[in-house]
Amino acid sequence: MKFSLNWLKEYLETDKNLDEIVHWLTMVGLEVENVEDRGKLLKECVVGHVLKAKQHPDADRLKVLEVDNGSETVEVVCGAPNARAGLKGIFAANGTYIPGLDVTLRTTKIRGVTSNGMMLSEREIGLSEEHEGIIEIENSAKAGSNAAQALGLTDPIIEIAITPNRGDCLGVYGIARDLAAAGIGNLKALHVPKVKGAFESPVSISLDFVEEYKDACPMFVGRYFKGVKNGESPQWLKAKLTAIGLRPISALVDITNYFTIALNRPLHVFDADKIRGDISIRMAKDGEKMQALDGKEYTLDGDMTVIADDYDVEALAGVMGGERTSVSQNTVNVVLETAYFNPVRTAMTGRKLNLTSDARFRFERGVDPAFLEDGTEIATQLILDLCGGDASKIIKVGSEPDWKRKYALRKSRVQSLGGVKVTPKRTQKILEMLGFEVTITQDGWEVTVPSWRYDVVGEADLVEEVLRINGFDKIPMVSMERETSLPRGAINLGQDRRSRARRTLAAQGLDEAVTFSFLKSSHAVLFGNPPETIKLVNPISTDLNIMRPSVLPNLITAAGRNTHRGYKNIALFEIGPQFSGENPDDEIVVATGIRSLEVVPRNWNSIARNVDVFDVKADVLAVLKQIGGPASNGQIVQGSAPSWYHPGRSGTFQLGPKLILAQFGELHPTILKEMNVEGPIVGFEIYLENIPLPKEKNRGNTRPALKLSTFQATERDFAFVVSNDVSAQSLINAVSAADKTLIVNASVFDVFIADSLEGDQKSMGITVTIQSTDTTLTDEEIEAISDKIKENVLKKTGGILRNN
Amino acid sequence: MADINDLKTELTNLISNAVDIDALEQIRISALGRKGKITALMKGLRKLEPEQRKTAGQELNILKREISTLLDACKNDLEDANLNSRLADEKIDITLPIRPAEIGTIHPISQTTDELISIFGEMGFVVAEGPSIEEDWYNFTALNIPADHPARQEHDTFYINAEKQGERMVLRTHTSPVQIRTMQSQKPPIRIIVPGRTYRCDHDATHSPMFHQIEGLVIDENTHMGHLKGCLIDLCRAFFCIDELPVRFRPSYFPFTEPSAEVDIGCSFEGETLKIGEGDDWLEILGSGMVHPNVLENCGIDPTKYQGFAFGMGIERMAMLKYGIPDLRTFFDSDVRWLKHYGFQPLDIPSLVGRAGL
Repeated sequence: MKFSLNWLKEYLETDKNLDEIVHWLTMVGLEVENVEDRGKLLKECVVGHVLKAKQHPDADRLKVLEVDNGSETVEVVCGAPNARAGLKGIFAANGTYIPGLDVTLRTTKIRGVTSNGMMLSEREIGLSEEHEGIIEIENSAKAGSNAAQALGLTDPIIEIAITPNRGDCLGVYGIARDLAAAGIGNLKALHVPKVKGAFESPVSISLDFVEEYKDACPMFVGRYFKGVKNGESPQWLKAKLTAIGLRPISALVDITNYFTIALNRPLHVFDADKIRGDISIRMAKDGEKMQALDGKEYTLDGDMTVIADDYDVEALAGVMGGERTSVSQNTVNVVLETAYFNPVRTAMTGRKLNLTSDARFRFERGVDPAFLEDGTEIATQLILDLCGGDASKIIKVGSEPDWKRKYALRKSRVQSLGGVKVTPKRTQKILEMLGFEVTITQDGWEVTVPSWRYDVVGEADLVEEVLRINGFDKIPMVSMERETSLPRGAINLGQDRRSRARRTLAAQGLDEAVTFSFLKSSHAVLFGNPPETIKLVNPISTDLNIMRPSVLPNLITAAGRNTHRGYKNIALFEIGPQFSGENPDDEIVVATGIRSLEVVPRNWNSIARNVDVFDVKADVLAVLKQIGGPASNGQIVQGSAPSWYHPGRSGTFQLGPKLILAQFGELHPTILKEMNVEGPIVGFEIYLENIPLPKEKNRGNTRPALKLSTFQATERDFAFVVSNDVSAQSLINAVSAADKTLIVNASVFDVFIADSLEGDQKSMGITVTIQSTDTTLTDEEIEAISDKIKENVLKKTGGILRNN
Repeated sequence: MADINDLKTELTNLISNAVDIDALEQIRISALGRKGKITALMKGLRKLEPEQRKTAGQELNILKREISTLLDACKNDLEDANLNSRLADEKIDITLPIRPAEIGTIHPISQTTDELISIFGEMGFVVAEGPSIEEDWYNFTALNIPADHPARQEHDTFYINAEKQGERMVLRTHTSPVQIRTMQSQKPPIRIIVPGRTYRCDHDATHSPMFHQIEGLVIDENTHMGHLKGCLIDLCRAFFCIDELPVRFRPSYFPFTEPSAEVDIGCSFEGETLKIGEGDDWLEILGSGMVHPNVLENCGIDPTKYQGFAFGMGIERMAMLKYGIPDLRTFFDSDVRWLKHYGFQPLDIPSLVGRAGL
């Protein structure tokens, strides 16, 4: 919503300056977005009087002007078609900054003639896009006088953002009312002339609605004017509209636009001679068509309110007029429309037709239902003043919709809800200044809401009115007091685990990424089978059209982008949601990560190597350990990861046969090929929510007592030859099971595959730690355990001791 | 006993000229070994007269001790020299780089969220969460935004194919539906914050189709707008680590609060450079207000007994302002150069008591 300072002052008597007014607008809730002081742009320019205009000796389209700039006469080369002797325009001397061109003028020779400045167009001074010719000043401004003043541009333009509840401030008068309530000045009363109708309107108006649609237009006021002259508007009106970016069209159209901005009262004017028969306001018939003022044809349906003559739809109620009955220079008889249209229906019509207008914007927020007749009278006077002619008697159909509402406001409520003491006197005064009717009751007031305030529907709204006009800055701040003297934890165990997983993965060397929750379907289907229900109906683009079934594809894509930039060791993780359906339970938070290409880059100390499954296995185990997951009783299951992993180089970490805590491995080369990303890439997905919470009895802080053996531990190395398909884990299990008390650790220190071994065999070196808690073991006892190990390995895995 | 003196001189010279420990050992053996010169002289004492034996014995003992001491000292010196020379040989070029080891980073969104949680946690708030895919009722209707409300148009809502209660499901346009879910499942007093992903159908220089919000809700019998101001002023000052940060509340409109206020912080713009905490300009950072009675009623909470406030802010925006990150869209690019530059160390765990400020 744009208006000028002087326009505001037409309704608000105030001695406050621009800065104060801007401050108060914002502080009562009418947020100032911009203040445009157009005079500033022109402060170096003056009025220039063209004394002579000669043809340029060397260029057909250029002229050489002699311009009187007030202090001297200078030669200016000019290409404007309207440049001529006698013209007064805006002159900029060399050295002046020209905002529209973003240059500072320098003395230049144009085809051999020196130009000592420039005569400016509207575009060059940033006033409009007009660049057909140079500005012509029509008034008596003297050469050398202030350019801004000569152009009437000393009036600053204020632009405010109106929140959806404040339709009443979509007119300058409403804004003045709010400021007056805040004590910024006095609201001037609107003068409502009563124009006596000279005759009965030859066109009759009727509301034709079946019962259920009667709310579409409860009231319509019309007036017939004959013998008007629809010429150009006077300068004051044109200047007002131009200043806020509206193009003057003709007096009648300009009057309707002026009313919209000044009084938030959209009007429409029909060319009465083009109306065939009478006017009816009704619902459109399905499929009816109308050519609107924007030049487009719209197809209507039965939920849209229209204004029609005996044959066709002539206007979309509250949205836009029709082309056919629009006024022109030749118009002599008109019908003025001042109506009340239902906000919701108006909004729906506009939305369905994708048609916005200043009128729709106001009707859908609600125009004042009690300002139809007065509005008509004020408009009548203006039409008669600017266009002449005679006005008919007012035609009024329907009746004012019932807008009267009363609410109780308790005296204590401003303080108990608003936290600030406002005296009863001031409370009452604020409400009255805003147009509320206030009567005193036993414990407060009974407040009647004014017709223009749709947004006020209860006591809390009344409190807000008092608080905002009194000033939010007057409310004393009160710091929050906790219920407990010390803070409790703000996060629960699940949230804490996410946080630990995040910081652990970063410590493991991965960078945390945050990627979109959606991606393209063609990638999504590579990672499971996402249901159609989680496809977006209105995606930003087809690249982002389904909720992600896994976080991996986004990270893989990100790795690809980074690889393109020349990075070879990408390690990314994300802790965020993935979706298997639309229900809350279908959304789970997963810690997902990838590592791509080189995990150890070329270096002087060690051999460079690419990522492999053990890098991500380490990440998974680190996270499980850090978040207190059951790392010891879970098991790694080979080959059980889903299809997007390499079948032979992946697995799951699970509890029992079903509960998958994590899956990890090398990503399937086909997937990477499909996504066009260079591999190898390894990845993991940790299902944080699947990790069991510690049992209630284990949640205390106390730890079990530490039992340390005082007796020396013995280490023995074994090399077993086993079939290739025997896993390291099963060999370790066989070794450990040989004596569960005395064998305290067994680990693989070597894996050896060579031609010297028969067939599909490998040798694994195991180091075993043997220790007793109550005695020093003798050589014989250790020998006995060694024998048991060999026996058990043979029994469980078929492995035998390598003999060399 | 001229030969004792001669022997002393001879041995002392030999010792001082010994080039290494082996040579020194040879000298020791030649002097003190079984067939050594001093040992031989000791053996010779038996042949002397008792008087002479006594004197010579004493002198020989002194010589033996002196030579032993000399040998030990020389041995130490030689050992030191040996060690020093070995250490000198062991010198390596420590300017060579370390073995490759990467440390990762925490995303600014996570870090900022943790910072906000740490502040609100001190004020007694607990974290609540809810789903990204929401029912229309939770996202709009329950929040006093009925189907025909103009505010709905401003939300640029994403819809998905699934329907619930006859309405298309939406990607939540704000974290506010979690207010509703919490109030439905929990009796007042309520004091929650809700960080999370939010979605709007908008993509340009200053809008991302996905972004993060943190929502706050306080419901009890006495919380009023003064508390709202106190809570958010304390928050802004703690978050930006500026004790005197100017904070301004101005009336605004949200369908789910009444009265509603937008919150600005003081700042200055010097050209493109933004300075928070000084100057005459204001920067909008969050929206807030007293919970609308209709919202309480929709959740089955008696609005004549309970009241409170709610607020919401964009986490990316808070991060951009605090850390000077210029472009919203870069948050979701996963460009490792950006992540390493704007990211945080894994042990940068925010805490109000850990050090001065966050």
